Amino acid sequence: MSEAKKPEPRVLPYVLAINEGIRTVLREQDDSFIAGEDVAAAGSVYGYCGGLLDEFGSRRVIDTPISEKGIMGLGVGASATGCRPIIDLMFMDFLGECMDEVANQMAKMRFMFGGKATLPVTVLTMGGAGGGMAAQHSQSLEAWLAHLPGMKVVMPSDAYDAKGMIISACRDDNPVFVVLNKQSLAMSMEVPEESYEVPIGEAIVRKQGTDLTIVAFGRMVHEALDAAEQLKEVGLNVEVIDARSVQPFDTATVVTSIKKTHRALIVHEAVKFGGIGGEITAQIQEEAFDYLDAPIMRVAAPFSPVPFSPALEKLYIPNAAGIVAKVKETLEL
Amino acid sequence: MAQAKKKAAAKKPAASKTVTKATKKSVAKKPAAKKVVAKARKAPRTAVKKGASNKGPSNATLKSLHLKMLRIRRFEERAGKLMEDGKVPGALHLYVGQEAVASGVMQHLSNEDWITSTHRGHGHLVAKGGEFKPMFAELFGRSTGYCNGKGGSMHISNMDLGMLGANGIVGGGPPIAMGAAFSNQFKGNKNVSIAFFGDGASNEGSVHEAANMAALYKLPCVFVCENNGYGEYTPQSGHQAIVDVADRASGYGMPGVICDGMDVMAVYEAAGEAIERARSGGGPTLLECKTYRYYDHVGIRGMGLTYRTDEEVEAWKKKDAINSFEKRLIQLGVMSRKQLDDLDAKIGEELEEAIVYASDSPYPTPGQLLEDVYYVKGA
Ligand SMILES: Cc1ncc(C[n+]2csc(CCOP(=O)(O)OP(=O)(O)O)c2C)c(N)n1
Ligand SMILES: [Mg+2]
Repeated sequence: MSEAKKPEPRVLPYVLAINEGIRTVLREQDDSFIAGEDVAAAGSVYGYCGGLLDEFGSRRVIDTPISEKGIMGLGVGASATGCRPIIDLMFMDFLGECMDEVANQMAKMRFMFGGKATLPVTVLTMGGAGGGMAAQHSQSLEAWLAHLPGMKVVMPSDAYDAKGMIISACRDDNPVFVVLNKQSLAMSMEVPEESYEVPIGEAIVRKQGTDLTIVAFGRMVHEALDAAEQLKEVGLNVEVIDARSVQPFDTATVVTSIKKTHRALIVHEAVKFGGIGGEITAQIQEEAFDYLDAPIMRVAAPFSPVPFSPALEKLYIPNAAGIVAKVKETLEL
Repeated sequence: MAQAKKKAAAKKPAASKTVTKATKKSVAKKPAAKKVVAKARKAPRTAVKKGASNKGPSNATLKSLHLKMLRIRRFEERAGKLMEDGKVPGALHLYVGQEAVASGVMQHLSNEDWITSTHRGHGHLVAKGGEFKPMFAELFGRSTGYCNGKGGSMHISNMDLGMLGANGIVGGGPPIAMGAAFSNQFKGNKNVSIAFFGDGASNEGSVHEAANMAALYKLPCVFVCENNGYGEYTPQSGHQAIVDVADRASGYGMPGVICDGMDVMAVYEAAGEAIERARSGGGPTLLECKTYRYYDHVGIRGMGLTYRTDEEVEAWKKKDAINSFEKRLIQLGVMSRKQLDDLDAKIGEELEEAIVYASDSPYPTPGQLLEDVYYVKGA
């Protein structure tokens, strides 16, 4: 891997970019370790911890029991006392098992202690539907986390961001959740070998446009870009913003775009009701109401648990076709 | 990944040590290896005899135990094949190897008794009376499935049969079983509830909380730990510092019993005592069954894995619950080889019919996506 031909751009799948992000951090930070279920000997169920145990040993790459409260507590206690833990929560759905450690301890401790405690802990977790994994292994729960003052939440949509955001998260002296996507593991692109950061709290314009602004989260960025391609064919030029960070959210980039396009559509895979899209909608209308030529619209999952049946799961997950339809509706076409 | 695998192989000795010990233990105490390892200080003590009791179960019971095990085995083999052929979406955690546990426990239950299951839940449902057609339909995501295709393998359930669901959350079941036991006690009926969970799950806080409450309230509940030596790819020695999960029973204040989970009669007897105690107001028991899954954590492949040796798998297969029980049935004159083969063939036919039924069944309609999110009066 390290001896790839020099001049050729190096292409990595999302899964290996995650691996490189963790590896980079463990090399750079002596106080870092990674702990989670089957991360060491098995290299994680997704494979993204492959080789870490060999390189860093069992002191720093740690298999834990199936005890999410314990694992998350490990992250809180160790980070508050001088370590920089990376905690692996296999599925985001398992937040339910450890939400007290996340919500009442990790997110609040610094504030409650009057700023006397610092918690440089990073949690890697996996969200998203699409694999027939049903209601308890497919959710997108980033809004749960973004609702917690003290918590940072990022959603890398591609391999480059996955590596860079893991590095940024681990250099950050706050708790950061890096919400990965299991349907994106094989998606490849050029990823630099060196260490680099992707700033937390900054959205990025993935495609310039003039007719409408799509703000998308995580894997939905790719559905939005697909939709943008399809819309080109009917003469529409939409702008696509990859939010990248959920908390803090980069309202400024979105508002700048809307001042140009005058229309907005928010796209996320999470359930629409109570999803982050509602918050973004409110922020836009607070800051750019006078620039809007149409109501702000949302494309998100219906208000139902993720269904198992492939027939229903297909309907459940927002896609490019749904985005195209909603854009046309917004533009009254 | 390749590097990780190497490391896993290097870790093996510890793994096989644990399992070998279990093997030895269960082999040494042949038919009904069973011992009370821990008694609650005040909880009533089980009168545990060594070996099978004199007054054996009826032939009908023996046949029923065998039928359960064989139905599970064939269902799981077929389901695994279908998953490999891409006919079943998602992930299947198969129960092959552990059949004696579900069968021996469920033999004592009626539809009024509740169970909670795990991600490895098909076997529990089959033993509880689950039918192949709606089970396959569920695995195929069809509207004729037990959950209208909306739950799938990891959430398969049937309230009429007293099956409170497989569970995608490790450790999700025991608190629910405890709640169902509370309900039985509250209503003053004689029904019990059984919480199945794995060795891996035994490390979840939810399991400890459920066990403590069940003991505190003396609930009619049995905690059945299916110790197959692994939680996913981690051997038991890598996830807990004890060998016998039943050791924890004394900490909860309930009796702990270990039995050979590869011997259906051993499970049948140990479970019978625990369930009897629960029914008669004696409170919960932690029953640990030493068992083994022949396949990988997900899917079929059982051999050539990095985290366990083929020799270990072979050693456990030598103790196969179905093989040894069939020999015994023949010896006892309960069933002949021919009868056993005919039964197997019949189950095979039933399976194929069920698969055709399932694949011919319609998918749920788009309208069903938003159905049953809430209870709606009169709907
Ligand atoms: C709360 C939670 N944590 C982790 C997982 C992932 N997971 C699924 S099965 C499993 C192993 C369970 O081991 P055990 O309880 O021994 O059951 P077995 O698979 O051996 O039957 C794990 C870690 C999960 N589904 N739920
Ligand atoms: Mg296990």
